[in-house]
Amino acid sequence: MATVQKTYQEINEKIRKGQAVVVTADEMVHIVRKKGTERAAREVDVVTTGTFGPMCSSGAFINFGHTQPPIKASKAWLNDVPAYAGLAAVDLYIGATEPTFDDPLNKISPGNFDYGGGHVIHDLVAGKTIRLRAESYGTDCYPNRHVELNVTLEDLPYAVLCNPRNAYQNYNCAVNLSSKTIFTYMGVLKPRMGNANYSTAGQLSPLLNDPYYRTLGLGTRIFLGGAQGYITWFGSQHNPGAPRLASGVPAAPAGTLMVTGDLKQMKPRWLQGTSFQGYGCSLAVGIGIPIPILNEKMAFHTGISDEDIMTQVKDYSFTRPEPLARVTYAQLKSGAITVEGKEIPTVPLSSYVRAQEIANLLKQWIQKGEFFLGEPQHLLPTVPEDDQSVLDPSRQESPPLA
Amino acid sequence: MFSKMLVLRFPREIVDKPIISNLVRNYDLTFNILKAQIYPRKEGIVVLELCGNQKDFKRGLQYMKDIGVRVEPVAQGIRRDEEKCYQCGACTAVCPTGALHIKRPEMLVLFESERCSACELCVKTCPARAMIVTFDKVLDI
Ligand code: SF4
Ligand code: SF4
Repeated sequence: MATVQKTYQEINEKIRKGQAVVVTADEMVHIVRKKGTERAAREVDVVTTGTFGPMCSSGAFINFGHTQPPIKASKAWLNDVPAYAGLAAVDLYIGATEPTFDDPLNKISPGNFDYGGGHVIHDLVAGKTIRLRAESYGTDCYPNRHVELNVTLEDLPYAVLCNPRNAYQNYNCAVNLSSKTIFTYMGVLKPRMGNANYSTAGQLSPLLNDPYYRTLGLGTRIFLGGAQGYITWFGSQHNPGAPRLASGVPAAPAGTLMVTGDLKQMKPRWLQGTSFQGYGCSLAVGIGIPIPILNEKMAFHTGISDEDIMTQVKDYSFTRPEPLARVTYAQLKSGAITVEGKEIPTVPLSSYVRAQEIANLLKQWIQKGEFFLGEPQHLLPTVPEDDQSVLDPSRQESPPLA
Repeated sequence: MFSKMLVLRFPREIVDKPIISNLVRNYDLTFNILKAQIYPRKEGIVVLELCGNQKDFKRGLQYMKDIGVRVEPVAQGIRRDEEKCYQCGACTAVCPTGALHIKRPEMLVLFESERCSACELCVKTCPARAMIVTFDKVLDI
């Protein structure tokens, strides 16, 4: 039998005819186990993935339209959350982690961070009215110095979600070795390793299903916030050189994505403002990526299961810098892991239920012919498969910060 | 043995009566106070787990009702906004009673209000702020 080779065009043609075979990454695990990679590659055209969790490096570009008389906004607030106005006259960027200007922050620790940029984005998408306030120094061409407007997403001439770092390929499992509770972007960590928090969808997670980014790059069409969006670049802190398991899957935080999409098409269910006690505000983002099964290799990669994916357990109290252990996602999902002889309950921060829902939605869209694969025009930076730095436990990676 | 998590509301007039000790002495019930507070207008609220045999339990409840204590199951005063909850599981790190727990392998995060002790630890821990405590507010009515 000839080796399996498919092109984006062939798969899109099948989608058009309603003949494409689409399965979720959960289903693919069983298909590959039962049929092997060769048959799976022959039979399956697209594997859908999903993830839903807080992704701090998120935000939206907004243009609020010219006012009469015109203003060149130099400072701006949306529901009292400062937006970046150092762009052209009425262009703004609202970042997910920005709290309201008068938030007490951690003055009484741990702070609550009830409302921030992520909540503004959610409220916009939910159709709520937002109070926009802008100030300027006044120029001959833009004489206005102050505007206050009530706006809805519909009123805004332009609103684009543009997240410079999303969908981290693997992430640390966080514990606290100190003797007091700490409040982190990985949630509440109880003292003496009282709980172990993790934040990845495991076998459903987009970048764990294409570990060398063979199908991912500028122009890859994705599920983003409930609408169709795109990968537009590699994300900040993208690190393809992280240590990898023999299967190619990174065993520590590695690749990241920059993603973009029309905010006006998105749904509030898939962009949710979040508040992390003692840490700050963020935005939970729903992302799903279709992985085309172009060849047997892609069937192999999408067939990996939670037992095959590992991450490192890291202390977040700055007591010990080196990873304390390596655990699989199967262990993390079982509800407890054992580290240095101690059994620790595990706590997920990213929603597996929502990740499944995204993978299933994306599958339906493709099956119905509403969603076609976008062929990447420029792939993400990667490492060669043959010269992979297979995980060497003695090699220590310092963890990236969120 | 019968046990239940209850919210007791004491109107101002009886807030200083030895009601709990009467429950122990006259009805043979044991208790575990989880929370107690007196509000500015002098009404009091106590959240406790009350245990005993079923008959004593019923008589004890009747005694409290007769003297004007309002008794509600905790479940009535705490709820989860299902629209906001995105089923992550972050709250299970702090929930001491297992009222919030994960059903595996589906990874569904369940809230069993009967097991809730109204400690409110989940309220600020939930990134979506989906856990809502209402019993403090009901008091003002
Ligand atoms: S932390 Fe909040 S959003 Fe997450 S499962 Fe618990 S109640 Fe739901
Ligand atoms: S208030 Fe929240 S944390 Fe406390 S017992 Fe009830 S559900 Fe659990």
